[in-house]
Amino acid sequence: MAQMSIAEALNRAIAEEMERDQRVFCIGEDISDANGGYGGAFAVTRRLHDRFGAERVINTPISEILICGVAVGAAMTGLIPIADLQYGDFLFCLMDQLANQAAKMCYMSGGKVHVPMVLRAPIGATTRGSQHGQSLEGCFTHIPGLKVICPGTAYDAMGLLKTAIRDGNPVLVFEHKRLYGGKRTERQALSTIGEVPDGDFTIPFGQAVVRRDGSHITLVANLLMMYRAMEAAALLDKEGIQCEVIDPRTLVPFDYATVIESLRKTGRLLIVHEDHYTNGWGAQLAAYIAENEIYLLDAPIRRVAAYDVPVPFAPVMENFVVPTAERIAEAARSLMKN
Amino acid sequence: MDHSGEIAEVPGERNDGTSTQAGSRQAAPSPKLASMPEKSRALGMYESMVLIRKYEERIYFLFLEGMISGSIHQSHGQEACAVGMLYDLSRNDYMASTHRPASHDLAKGVSVEAMMGEMFGKTTGCCRGKGGAMHTGDISVGAVPSNAIVGANIPIAVGIALSCKYRKTDNVVVCFFGDGASNEGAFHEGINGAAIWNLPVIFACENNLYGGSTAVQATMKIADIAERAAAYGIPGEVVDGNDVLAVNEAATRAIARARRGEGPTLLELKTYRIAGHSRSDACAYRDDKEEEQWFARDPIRIFRSMLLDSGLTTEQELAQIDSSVDERIEAAVKDAMAAPDPLPEDALRHVYWEGRDH
Repeated sequence: MAQMSIAEALNRAIAEEMERDQRVFCIGEDISDANGGYGGAFAVTRRLHDRFGAERVINTPISEILICGVAVGAAMTGLIPIADLQYGDFLFCLMDQLANQAAKMCYMSGGKVHVPMVLRAPIGATTRGSQHGQSLEGCFTHIPGLKVICPGTAYDAMGLLKTAIRDGNPVLVFEHKRLYGGKRTERQALSTIGEVPDGDFTIPFGQAVVRRDGSHITLVANLLMMYRAMEAAALLDKEGIQCEVIDPRTLVPFDYATVIESLRKTGRLLIVHEDHYTNGWGAQLAAYIAENEIYLLDAPIRRVAAYDVPVPFAPVMENFVVPTAERIAEAARSLMKN
Repeated sequence: MDHSGEIAEVPGERNDGTSTQAGSRQAAPSPKLASMPEKSRALGMYESMVLIRKYEERIYFLFLEGMISGSIHQSHGQEACAVGMLYDLSRNDYMASTHRPASHDLAKGVSVEAMMGEMFGKTTGCCRGKGGAMHTGDISVGAVPSNAIVGANIPIAVGIALSCKYRKTDNVVVCFFGDGASNEGAFHEGINGAAIWNLPVIFACENNLYGGSTAVQATMKIADIAERAAAYGIPGEVVDGNDVLAVNEAATRAIARARRGEGPTLLELKTYRIAGHSRSDACAYRDDKEEEQWFARDPIRIFRSMLLDSGLTTEQELAQIDSSVDERIEAAVKDAMAAPDPLPEDALRHVYWEGRDH
């Protein structure tokens, strides 16, 4: 066992996979730390250049279409690229390469071509304004052919990233900027230093984790919101409301079964995400439960999400837009009145 | 708009292999006859061109007869570009194509049966009926599934070239696109990336003078797309895209350069489509005089005359090739018609790779 941050766990996962499999390489902007480079916008790829050289840690021009296109082409012909985006917001710059190319190539070729690539995208509001702070999961869970994961702990970061690299399909990894715990400490960042087992391990996609047991209400939350849901659960505990907190860990595929199992006990569902309210990833979960398991519910499904506005800069406004523990707790209290 | 001024000046190739000078105007015709190759090679090129022509003509009628669905973006008239560029590639070299892929796929060695099967949406199609006319290909012969987003195959081809280099092979990638693609962001990002990394890719721009219905002159202020190469520090060359030997000669140089690890080349192949952009396009934007001048330079007719004039072959020999191609195509049509349809629920497969060809 070792104690490490999410940034360190991602770094170790990448390094171990590159060590294990010569086909794995990294590509992105400023990912090398040779000659005073950043080693990634959030320091995830530090020291990889020293170990693996410029041929396997490829710095690119500021060209997101190139980054994703090269990843697709390399993946189709025998390599396993790990493409790095500095900010998830830049996904829109490469949307065609991801949504039309990476996601559809296996299908369009009748399964004769496949695209084993990983695209890492930092998301979350961190007082950088509207074009560096979005949470975009819902835009991408809608695209058949992509897998979408969102590791929120160091252990999950290690195990899920390794699974992503070995999956054989395009996997989009959403990482939260306030959870990295890397060299650059974000304001309001949480310490995600956690235990990670030594040696090689993977975590299968589609397996949610129950972060806290409870019998009154089921909270499903990912990334930073999972921590805020835990905070809300602690507050509510003092008021006699027992929350079960579920971290889905992967959005595509999604582990509905763990949520349903919890609902058998609680009958109340509160979904929390930093993704926008309208068609955020929770909308699908809410629809799925309503469609398939509505009789398990004792109360309407509730969602607490970022409001449907671009992410504002001023901290006072940003904190208003992104769900807080108190806002989550308030929604839970109102649900308990049903 | 009268394009006849340009048409009279179908360019000859630039054989100096140097970067095109920015600001140069349309290349003057300097018909430098590429030497006729030995017989089997020359007839091989001829056969490949005839196969494309007859395939596209057959597709046209099958479409009119309602036998095949969707739309079609046909490549006849551009046979010399495909055959000249691809004739010397091995199956381990790659080719990345566009929404107008039939000439490229057939020249790269995708079987007529697999192409025809795909046009009919059958299980025997090269994409098992999932791709259709704009996504044909066969990665086992190096024909990357073709791409219906203009310009999108360029960065992908760069990634394939990176893969060839990374795996320490001497394989190359030929990436086709049209004049329209050269105004896409993907063109800029892709070619710049290939240039800085010296990747083994040849960018073959088939300039057929129109993007959809819009004349290329209305979309760029330069005379030759090859001029854009200078912006990336790579050689650019204008080539007569209707002369298969001229294309092949330029391709040979660019391929050799790529195999030597010296990086990409941008070849602009000036050509003309016989059909419209897609099936519904009657080419109202092209004037009769322009069409007449280009059709007089039909790449197959030109090559046929060259073959006969050189004394390499006879009318009879060429007619035999023509009829054997007809037979291959008719057999493929028959096969495709007889082949089973996919099951409707096959639509649910292949969204994700399952760890094997499935």
